[in-house]
Amino acid sequence: MTTEFTPIAALSGGALIGLAAALMMLLSGRIAGISGILGGAFEADTGDRAWRWWFVAGLIAAPVLALIAGYGLPKVALPSWPVLIVAALLVGFGTRMGNGCTSGHGVCGIARLSPRSLAATLAFMAAAVVTVFVMRHVMGG
Amino acid sequence: MLSVAAFACGLIFGIGLLISGMAQPAKVLNFLDLAGVASGTWDPSLAFVMAAALAVSGAGYALAGKRTQPMLAPGHLWPTRRDIDRPLIAGAVLFGIGWGLVGLCPGPALVDLATLMPQVIVFVAVMIGGMLLHDFWWAKRTAAGASAPVDG
Repeated sequence: MTTEFTPIAALSGGALIGLAAALMMLLSGRIAGISGILGGAFEADTGDRAWRWWFVAGLIAAPVLALIAGYGLPKVALPSWPVLIVAALLVGFGTRMGNGCTSGHGVCGIARLSPRSLAATLAFMAAAVVTVFVMRHVMGG
Repeated sequence: MLSVAAFACGLIFGIGLLISGMAQPAKVLNFLDLAGVASGTWDPSLAFVMAAALAVSGAGYALAGKRTQPMLAPGHLWPTRRDIDRPLIAGAVLFGIGWGLVGLCPGPALVDLATLMPQVIVFVAVMIGGMLLHDFWWAKRTAAGASAPVDG
């Protein structure tokens, strides 16, 4: 599926993501890393869980609010079930093993100039680029 | 108050993902498909999302770094590790492969739950399963049973 390059939407949406990460640190002193927040919602110390669930609730509420405001839901095209399930396992396992995802390493980590996050971001970007190349141009999926 | 702040931050984050188009896996995959640069189907949007997010969060972090404590908590929980170890890179590569297979990372996956598509619901459930599986495996692997320190 082809998509259009949307620079203005990308910059304004990106600025909001950055704002959320900045507010999270200024208000709660936390990194806005989604995989860390979500994993911790199940596993962190009992007293450290509630705010995580509230953050996740906010994320889930965003499209509901957009829908009420008259905007459509995002267009979500997904691959076959086996690919989907393998990918979901890899995303879950990998983000815990690597201590972060696109938000925690890619945005928050690079913004605070962490060498670990820069290395992780380069690694997952490279792996994703190779994977897309293989899926689309080698296997022809 | 902390819960209100967390909800608001999650909401702003989610709206940012929606506006930026990053909740649509096709836009992510069309960025990652570098062969599209030559064929004209490359979508550079993700790079612009990252650039804007880094500029704003970087400014916010600089501000937070000057304060002695956050407004609603006793202290900043800045991650302290700086070493690049094997689990960091191996985990990032595994995550990258999964991300490249579907175009969904954890944030957009949660936002896309609102579509109520069975594929998204199963993706989120299995992703959480993968997280728990890792931590169960890691706890068994390390003698102390301590969980790994978190960057993000």
